[in-house]
Amino acid sequence: MTPDAITTSAEAAVAEAFRQEWGKIVASLIRMTGNWDLAEECTQDAFAAALAKWGSDGVPDRPGAWLTTTARNRALDRLRRSKTEALKLQEVAVLSVPEEPAAWGDSGVPDDRLRLMFTCCHPALTLEARVALTLRTLAGLTTGEIARAFLVPEGTMAKRLTRAKHKIRDAGIPYRVPPAHLLPERTTGVLAVLYLLFNEGYSASAGGDLMRPDLTGEAIRLGRLLASLMPDEPEATGLLALMLLQDARSAARLDAHGELVSLEDQDRARWDAAKIAEGITLLEAALRRQRAGPYQLQAAIAACHAEAPRAGDTDWAQIALLYGELRRFVPSPVVDLNRAVAVAMAEGPEAGLALVDELAADAGLSGYYLLPATRADLLRRLNRGPEAAESYRAALTLAPTEPERRYLAKRIAEVSG
Amino acid sequence: MRYMLLMCGDETAPQIAPHPAVEGDEAEPCWMPWAREMQARGVLLVDGSQLQPTSTATTVRNSGHEVLVADGPFAETKEQILGYDVIECTDLDEAIYAASRHPVALAGGVVEVRPVLASV
Repeated sequence: MTPDAITTSAEAAVAEAFRQEWGKIVASLIRMTGNWDLAEECTQDAFAAALAKWGSDGVPDRPGAWLTTTARNRALDRLRRSKTEALKLQEVAVLSVPEEPAAWGDSGVPDDRLRLMFTCCHPALTLEARVALTLRTLAGLTTGEIARAFLVPEGTMAKRLTRAKHKIRDAGIPYRVPPAHLLPERTTGVLAVLYLLFNEGYSASAGGDLMRPDLTGEAIRLGRLLASLMPDEPEATGLLALMLLQDARSAARLDAHGELVSLEDQDRARWDAAKIAEGITLLEAALRRQRAGPYQLQAAIAACHAEAPRAGDTDWAQIALLYGELRRFVPSPVVDLNRAVAVAMAEGPEAGLALVDELAADAGLSGYYLLPATRADLLRRLNRGPEAAESYRAALTLAPTEPERRYLAKRIAEVSG
Repeated sequence: MRYMLLMCGDETAPQIAPHPAVEGDEAEPCWMPWAREMQARGVLLVDGSQLQPTSTATTVRNSGHEVLVADGPFAETKEQILGYDVIECTDLDEAIYAASRHPVALAGGVVEVRPVLASV
């Protein structure tokens, strides 16, 4: 090989090791030192050393072990050189940890990354801080990258991360997988952070781009990690399946002008068949455990759409059933409205309309434009034009964005014509 | 770690307001079961009290050349500090548990959990 080729292959090996090992190394150094900044800095140093060394010395047989040892020695060095008592104590802690923690990721011994995930997603931190910490420490994104992803100045994001790390240290947030009595609610919290991250990439709440694949990609990567670390938690697998099934549609979600295309009108040939197949396999494995939950149910609904070759083939009766199950876990009028739409598709607009009218009598959805818009669509399909127009007008006054208002205005013209 | 639990709530709400001891009242105070549960978990109760109502509060400032004294609590809000407990426990999760089981929390009040700065 030419020197250039060697450098390139070493760089590729470092990049690959970064994806595989960053979170693991940071997580183990936090456990050894209890010092988050030190852990991040020494891990960063180890990767810098790898870039310098692997080009000339060749890539080690076990890059992960090389990086871990380098990072750990670097941490020991820095602790030894420091004079303070607190850091001396941390040094003792590092030395007393066995060189190669046996059984990383094996059952029984909690993986350090799992502790890190639970600590990053601790409910005593703000939601924004949880997302940012997870991306920084587990995924290895730089502060600048996270700041750009969430459209805040880098200084703001740096402050957010520092404040969160200080709170973990000063308020005594434990670094561990929670005990059994806390595990269910804390797991829900971790899942929520990952799904929020995914949704932020899938339907961006701010900025010019409707989708940001870097964020959906990281969410799926972390979802894979969580599902592998919690193999007995079907909701973790369910969330991964849900993210894959939704992400599979991303290429078909925008038209040539960058406008959103409704599920019904999407070109299904552009859906990612491999992601759909993986999502369905994962979902089936999760469901076999017979402990349903909101993520598995949402994944099952996504699977109904994914499995229909054409929009007209969609199994709406099954979807209506699944929404009925979902509302047991997530009692929300939005879920009820989605169920009403599915019932209308399965049994006809009359049945759907009855459910929508029940919902309209309830105060929970007042001000939510999709309620009158859905009602109007059902009335239109029943050829009750004047009533439909009235509901469309009610929706028009509530619709939040211009494309939605354009759509509703068009409908009013149709049913009034 | 040492934490202070600040009990906050609407002091006019009958279920939260401090209950003055009634003469001859043999019933144990409402926080006793909590104290027993905490002890059983290994949470050390360092100190704690209910406070008299904010109608008894006085606010003091020192401007440098003058001491300003005013009637009333620090902030006039619907929720006031009703009392405090200082506990010693392993970590924030344990402190959160202690707060969540406190009678004020169970009665609809809010508990602020503040780590105490370790003395040097």
